[in-house]
Amino acid sequence: MRAYTPKDNVQAKPYYTDRFYISPQVPKEAIENDAVFAADLAAIKAKFEVSDAYIQVGQMVVYIHAKNNYGVLELLRDELEYTQLTEMSAIDWLAKENKFEIFYQMLSMNKRKRVRIKMFIENGQAVNSVNELFRSADWSEREMFDMFGIEANGHPFMKRILLPYDWQGHPLLKTYPLEGDEFAAWYEIDKIYGKEARDIIGPELRDPARVDRYDSERFARLGFEVPKGTVITGHEPKTEQSYQEEGGVFMIKKFDKKSSVVIDDPQR
Amino acid sequence: MAQITNRLTPFFENITFDRDDNEIILNFGPQHPSAHGQLRLMLHLQQEQIVKAHPDIGYLHRGMEKMAENMIYNEFMPTTDRMDYIASSSNNYGFALAVEKLIGLEVPRRAKVIRMMLLEINRIMSHLFWLATTALDIGAMTVFLFAFREREYLMDIIEGYCGARLTHSAIRIGGVPLDIQDTFLIQLKTFLDKLPQNIKDYEDLLDTNRIWLMRMEEVGHISKELSLSWGCTGPMLRASGTAWDIRKEEPYELYDEVEFSVPFSDKGDNFARYRIYMEEMRESAKILYQTMDMYAACVKNNQTELMAHAPKYISASKLDIMTQNYSLMQHFVLVTQGMRPPVGEVYVATESPKGELGFYINSQGGPYPYRLKLRAPSFWHTGILTDLLPGHYIPDVVSIIGTTNIVFGEVDR
Repeated sequence: MRAYTPKDNVQAKPYYTDRFYISPQVPKEAIENDAVFAADLAAIKAKFEVSDAYIQVGQMVVYIHAKNNYGVLELLRDELEYTQLTEMSAIDWLAKENKFEIFYQMLSMNKRKRVRIKMFIENGQAVNSVNELFRSADWSEREMFDMFGIEANGHPFMKRILLPYDWQGHPLLKTYPLEGDEFAAWYEIDKIYGKEARDIIGPELRDPARVDRYDSERFARLGFEVPKGTVITGHEPKTEQSYQEEGGVFMIKKFDKKSSVVIDDPQR
Repeated sequence: MAQITNRLTPFFENITFDRDDNEIILNFGPQHPSAHGQLRLMLHLQQEQIVKAHPDIGYLHRGMEKMAENMIYNEFMPTTDRMDYIASSSNNYGFALAVEKLIGLEVPRRAKVIRMMLLEINRIMSHLFWLATTALDIGAMTVFLFAFREREYLMDIIEGYCGARLTHSAIRIGGVPLDIQDTFLIQLKTFLDKLPQNIKDYEDLLDTNRIWLMRMEEVGHISKELSLSWGCTGPMLRASGTAWDIRKEEPYELYDEVEFSVPFSDKGDNFARYRIYMEEMRESAKILYQTMDMYAACVKNNQTELMAHAPKYISASKLDIMTQNYSLMQHFVLVTQGMRPPVGEVYVATESPKGELGFYINSQGGPYPYRLKLRAPSFWHTGILTDLLPGHYIPDVVSIIGTTNIVFGEVDR
C-alpha cells in the first residue's frame, strides 16, 4: 500500500520523529516584567480588544482583532512612538485551522523596543491596508499578496511584486510544492516557444541537484567521456579515461597502482 | 532535434503614439550597467525630468523563504550567502544569531571575537565595493581601481580563513568552525595600518571634486519622515538625521565592549550618505583594532572553545566525533535529521553593511522552520525610489541608485 501523503501541506517532512519526543517551548514572559511594554499594552487595551499578549525573546507579542489593524498601528505610531514598520508578512495555517496569521513587526527607536502585532484572518478574507500609515507597507503588502494571495483593501497598486504579473499560484502556501506546480513547469516554454513546442522541449525541471548520468548533452561525465550527444541506453560504454600524460611530466612520476605501497598506519 | 524559434516579440512600451502631452516612458534596466543588478525602473519623463517612477523587481527571485521551509537549519546557511553577496558573512551571522536566540545558546567568547572580526571586515569590503561602483557610475575610474585594490586584500584574508572569496559561509549556528589562521592578524594589521591613508586618497579625489559634488550635493534628498516611513535603515537612515545603529542601540556579540561612534548627518542627500560610508569604514577599522586585542586576550586566557556546547542542537568538535562513539551518533542524527529548535518564534535584527538585516523564524519544533521571513534592508531602499525619484533628472537616477547601495540578491531573495 502506498504511504499517504497529505495534500494540504506538501513541504518537506521529517522522515523520523520519536513518538515520545515533546518539543520544548521558547519561554514566554508576562508583560508585567517590563514596565515599558506594560504601559504600551495598557494604552492599546484602552481602545482595542487584545486577545493575548506576552513577551518572547525580549519582544512583546500582541494579538489583536483583524478589523483593528489600522487603528492599532496608528495608535502605535502616533502615541506610542513606534515609528517604523520593520516587516510584515503572513504565516499559512490553512492545513490546521483554515486561517492565516499576519504579523506586523514594529520598532520604536526612542524606547529601543520592538513589538509584534499579530492577528488571524480567515482564508479568502482581505486585510486593511496600512500603506497610508507606513509607506513600507506598500511593498510588504504586495509581497504578501504575491506569496499568499492575501489582498489588502485600500492598497493603491495591488499587483504581484516578485513574480511576473501573469503568474498563477501563490508560492508560500503550504499546498504549493517546492519545485513548482504544473503551471510553473510550462510557464517559460509556453511563453517563449509556444504551446506546440511542449512535446519537443518537455517541462522545465526545477531541481538543481538533478544529475542524469545518461545525458551526454548537458553533463560532462568526467572520467567516462563520450562524444557529445551520444545516446546511452542501458549499459555503460567502457571508456574509462586516464588523465595522466603518457610521455610523463617533468618531475612527476606516473602513478602505478601495482608498484605502489599502501601505508596502513597514517601516523607512522 | 527540430528547429525551435522563440516567440519573444519586442515590447514597445517605450513608445506611446497617441498622446497630447510629451510625457514619455523610459525603461531603465534590467540590464542597465548602473542599475546594480536586475533593477528595472519604469520612468515617466517630462522632457528629462522624472514625474513618476515605478521600480520593478523580482528578476533574481529564487524563493529563499520557500527553500528555507524545506531545509534543515544548517542546510540553509549557504543559501544566506546568496542574499547580500557583497558581504555574505553578515547574512550568515544574522541567520546564525536568530537560531541561537531561538534555542537560547551562548556562544564562546573566542568565537564571538572572530565573528566580530569577520563582520567588520565584511562591512569594510561592502563599503569599498559601494564606493568603487558608485564612483565608476559617476565617472571616477581611479577611485574604482583604488577601492577594488583594497577590497582585494580583504578578500585574500577572508579566503585564507574560509577558502571562499564571495560566498563565505564562515559562520555556523553556535559559533565558528575554525580558528583564524596564523597570518590572519598580521595581514589584517598591515591592511588596517594602510587604510586611513587609502581612505584619505579616495577623499582627496572626491571630496572637492567638482563633478562629484555636482552629482552628489542636494541630489536625492530623503527627509527624516520619509526615511522612517519607508523603513529605511543603515546609512540611508543615518544620513537622514536618525542616529540609529543596532550595534550601538541593541548590542549583540561584544559590540557593547568596543568603543566606536555612529556617524550621522541631517542633510539626507547623496553627499551625506557618501560621507557616512567613508566614516563608517574608519569606525570599523577602530573596532577591528579592538577585536585584535580581544583575540590576544582570549589566547592569553586560554579560551579555546569555538562552538557552543549543546549536544541536542550542535555537533561536537571534530576530534570528539572521530574518537567518541556518542558524539558520532549525535552528529549523525544532527546531519541526517537536523536540529529541532523549541516551539516559538523570534525576530532578530542585526546591522548589516546595508542596514537592518532581520530574520523572523517561526518554529513548530520540527527540523524545518515553519516560516522564515527574511527582512532585507535593500528591499525598502529600492521601494523608496518610487517617492524619491520624481522631480529629479535622468542623470540623477544613476547617482541615487548608487548611494542607496542596493544589492539584488537580497531585494529579490
